[in-house]
Amino acid sequence: MRLLLHQLRNEQRLYWRSRELAFFTFLFPVVIFVLLGSVYGNDKISKEHLKGSHYLLAGMLGYGLASTAFAGLAIVLVIRRESAVMKRLRGTPLPAWAYIAAMLISTIAVFAIEVVVLIVLANVLFDVPFPTQIFSLVLALTLGACAFAAMGIGLTTVIRSAEGSSAVVNAIYLPLAFIAGSFWSPHAYPRFLEVIANVLPLTYFIRMVRDIVLRDAQIWNEGTAVAVVAAWGAVGLLVALRRFRWEPQDV
Amino acid sequence: MPAAVTVTDLRKSYGPLEAVRGVSFEIEQGEVFGLLGPNGAGKTTTVEVLEGYRKRDGGSVSVLGADPQVAGADWRERIGIVLQSSAMYPNLTVLEHVALFAGYFSQPRDVDEVIGLVGLVEKRDARVKSLSGGQKRRLDLALGLIGDPEILFLDEPTTGFDPAARRAAWDMIRSLRELGKTVLLTTHYLDEAEQLSDRVAVLRAGRIVAIGKPTELTGRKVATEIRYRENGREVVVETYEPTKALHELTAAAVARGVELDDLQVRKPTLEEIYLALTETADE
Repeated sequence: MRLLLHQLRNEQRLYWRSRELAFFTFLFPVVIFVLLGSVYGNDKISKEHLKGSHYLLAGMLGYGLASTAFAGLAIVLVIRRESAVMKRLRGTPLPAWAYIAAMLISTIAVFAIEVVVLIVLANVLFDVPFPTQIFSLVLALTLGACAFAAMGIGLTTVIRSAEGSSAVVNAIYLPLAFIAGSFWSPHAYPRFLEVIANVLPLTYFIRMVRDIVLRDAQIWNEGTAVAVVAAWGAVGLLVALRRFRWEPQDV
Repeated sequence: MPAAVTVTDLRKSYGPLEAVRGVSFEIEQGEVFGLLGPNGAGKTTTVEVLEGYRKRDGGSVSVLGADPQVAGADWRERIGIVLQSSAMYPNLTVLEHVALFAGYFSQPRDVDEVIGLVGLVEKRDARVKSLSGGQKRRLDLALGLIGDPEILFLDEPTTGFDPAARRAAWDMIRSLRELGKTVLLTTHYLDEAEQLSDRVAVLRAGRIVAIGKPTELTGRKVATEIRYRENGREVVVETYEPTKALHELTAAAVARGVELDDLQVRKPTLEEIYLALTETADE
């Protein structure tokens, strides 16, 4: 437990001190939210009977999730693996579980701060009312963070080099966020995009969060979304458990 | 006193490549033991088996009385590892690194004492990205020492150093002996092994080809070379009795009234002995 706290403190220090990473994974979703919100925040999303900015909040929470828990985590893990930082840690008495747990908790903490910033910004800039179903929201966000972190760790097993990690991760999560409707409503999508969107976990996560934040739904009314997100997370976890490596692969 | 390390008939292959082919040696407690050999001889593989990073294919290994393959956190409390690569967290300072690693051990050495030991006091609050290669390597050593290990593994500690930095690193490694540490050092520099080790094992193609005190290795009976030129042709005589051979040679030349051009008598250098040991044709 002492080791976990020790390592957690270190992970937080590392995250916030790495400016590039903190910018791209933490600040970027906030910037995009302000930009897009200013562009179409007052438009009506007619089919949903919602203001654009209200609609956008859930999408941005999803984008923040993909960027902190999935992209940021995967990139950091690959860089640490390839630079033998993880190999060196394996040579100390620090247990593997404490390391993984510290990474996960640290990631969830960053995402939690991101969520608070986005919700407060939405309220201040675009008059989006504060969510009322806090319990369901916290559960949904935690489920999402665990599932996307598992997928992020799973993804590291197919990336062979530190140089490629940023490129590969961006090539996956940016289109993912586009198609899942992080930035706009996916209702006008052509058929093939709609088909893709309907299997992506982020689509379901955003839908679930939107229902909870804007329509006061409870998480137990979102069975399909919970199941899809959890299933993707389980796949990521399975890949991670089978193929995760502590040592550099690019040799 | 039981040996700190016992290795018997260690074998390890990567696919078809036999990296280590039956290596045996013992390291006494408090001994500085050098594994010397060219790149690809199996040094790092051997050390990584002892560090618990790799599973062996055959043979038996005991480090501080435990099998590294199954030893746990208690055992890791007692060993220190300095890997070949030296990338760490670029955004943390020297002090933060040492304090971070100190936190992984239940009874670490004093953080400032270790920073002093490796000579990084002036860089205590500098971020790692601003350190020179040699300074990073010294931080590596600090991270290997912070847990106050009984045995320290040093994998090529001075590769890529300039001569002054090498000297400084050597002094530091010598000071470890005064701390009573057992040290296993790998190197492909003969002079490094000779300067630092109590005993050296020379590794070639996964086997130990020689083992002993550095003076035994380099002091083994080797032929002395006598070279001179005769009628524009270079003549080389190799002999185990240089006094006699030289006397006969020069006496004959004097008797004939000729001068032996470019006459030289030389013993092979350490480097040549080492190369002879490591370059013998594969049997």
